[in-house]
Amino acid sequence: MENENACISIRQVSKQFGKHEVLKNINLEINEGEIFGLLGPSGAGKSTLVKELAGLDVPTSGENYLFQEKMPSLKLMERVGYMAQADALYEDLTANENLQFFASLYGLKGKKQKQRISEVMQIVNLREHLHKPVRNYSGGMKRRLSLAIALLHEPEMLILDEPTVGIDPVLRKSIWEAFYELNHKGTTIIVTTHVMDEAEKCGRLGLMRDGMMIAVGTPEELKKETNAKTIEDAFLIYGGA
Amino acid sequence: MRAMALTIRILRQIIRDKRTLALLIFAPILVLTMLHLVFNGDDYVPKIGFVGLPEMITEQMELKDAVITEYSNEGEANKDLINQDIDGYIVLERQVPSVFLEGSDPSVNGATLKWIQSAFVKLQQNGNTSALEVDYLHGSSDMGSFDYFGPVLLGFFVFFFVFLIAGVSFIRERTTGTLERLLSTPIRKWEIVMGYVFGFGIFTMIQSTIIAWYAIYVLDMMMEGTFIYVLIITLALALTALTLGILISSFANNELQMIQFIPIVVIPQIFFSGLFNLETISNWLSWVGPFTPLYYAADALRDVMVRGYGWSEIYINILSLIGFSVLFMILNIVALRKYRQI
Repeated sequence: MENENACISIRQVSKQFGKHEVLKNINLEINEGEIFGLLGPSGAGKSTLVKELAGLDVPTSGENYLFQEKMPSLKLMERVGYMAQADALYEDLTANENLQFFASLYGLKGKKQKQRISEVMQIVNLREHLHKPVRNYSGGMKRRLSLAIALLHEPEMLILDEPTVGIDPVLRKSIWEAFYELNHKGTTIIVTTHVMDEAEKCGRLGLMRDGMMIAVGTPEELKKETNAKTIEDAFLIYGGA
Repeated sequence: MRAMALTIRILRQIIRDKRTLALLIFAPILVLTMLHLVFNGDDYVPKIGFVGLPEMITEQMELKDAVITEYSNEGEANKDLINQDIDGYIVLERQVPSVFLEGSDPSVNGATLKWIQSAFVKLQQNGNTSALEVDYLHGSSDMGSFDYFGPVLLGFFVFFFVFLIAGVSFIRERTTGTLERLLSTPIRKWEIVMGYVFGFGIFTMIQSTIIAWYAIYVLDMMMEGTFIYVLIITLALALTALTLGILISSFANNELQMIQFIPIVVIPQIFFSGLFNLETISNWLSWVGPFTPLYYAADALRDVMVRGYGWSEIYINILSLIGFSVLFMILNIVALRKYRQI
């Protein structure tokens, strides 16, 4: 269990909402510099798990460690960029004002703030729309702005909950290119998805179903182990179908 | 620092949302103006018929402020009375004046009777005694109902609108997911509450200055005390409304549910604000008063605006309002634990 490279360590984590068990004894380690995908149908517990990693929720039993320290902690949250399923933007404000607000929360100010805003808007390809009110943004633009906000403070780890849901294939490709570029620079990325073909893009995958981690490995390993041609088939075999 | 960022963001949002901005400032002004016109309108001028009153009597009567029609017989007067052309008539029966009223509207009856009584005062006294002089401790015979209700209504509107807007904007923060995003940053829970308090506090200061200024200097609401005290009271009240609105919003899942809290949280406060006589409220309900913020604000506003009192009379009320705000702030920080433990 004690892995030097692990920047995330999930240890026997269970979560209950009333009588409903959302996470059942999850154990997982994610290494520094990985793109790790959590794959599973909606209701599998992916969002609950990443929320715990982002410090927004706590397990009923078990522990989560980030960078060898126990979550939740405000100090650790500073090192993480989190993007939820909802776009979570202030529609009355312009993109720039949204970025300024979140940048200030991370303590970025003045020149540094301006520079980072222009950098992240370059990454998500929205630079020319910086001063538009978010209300006038399309769905895809909002998604990208939301991602830009998560990148503002140059986090060592990105936790992205369904980052490409509802985005057309061309845009999805460009967003993934941005992920690879960030990953290349050393950012650890954790994404949740229920799209099987997107899963192939991850370095390693965790397959989740009914609150359980049913398999962990690279896409190739998972396919080989089950003699399946696609991740979807592998998922079915692990799921006991 | 983070609270400041939140303050700036809230102010920017308020300025962008022109409709809400207009509602917060012009709705109270509109309603106060209407109330002013309703309560301080001209006195009702009764229309009165005289049936064969000898000139000797009418000469000695005070005939101002009424429309007098003279009739030669009672039948004609009765006809006009049925047609509601006159509100009542006076007829002499065996040298004793008797009054016959139309009688369907109690307020008109009151005005008519009052006029007749005062018209006959001079006749009865016949110059023997000097006119009765009336002195007032507070107010005057010019004081209209609006002057008495005004301070309470001023407080009520500030409370009502701030409560609603703060609550709704916090609900929006939750439903759009921005609260979650906010909580995924290293911001502390008290910083969120303080950011809201400052952001809306600055705006409310401007809002209540405009409304109070309008009520006092344009509508000519009675103002015996110092303007700055009125501002301090409304600001303390707005702070209470703000923190209570945010707190209540954590029990609502959407904007409509927030509105559903108005009859429970806001309306009952009117009953204890002094708009109705507190001494006549049934005993098993009257103890509620001291638990409602508006009770303190209305008392303080009346002390300043009607009675012209100063700081020594109102500071307890202001401290009570600040006490409410601090309590609600602490409860808000506790309520935020629902969304993030630390």
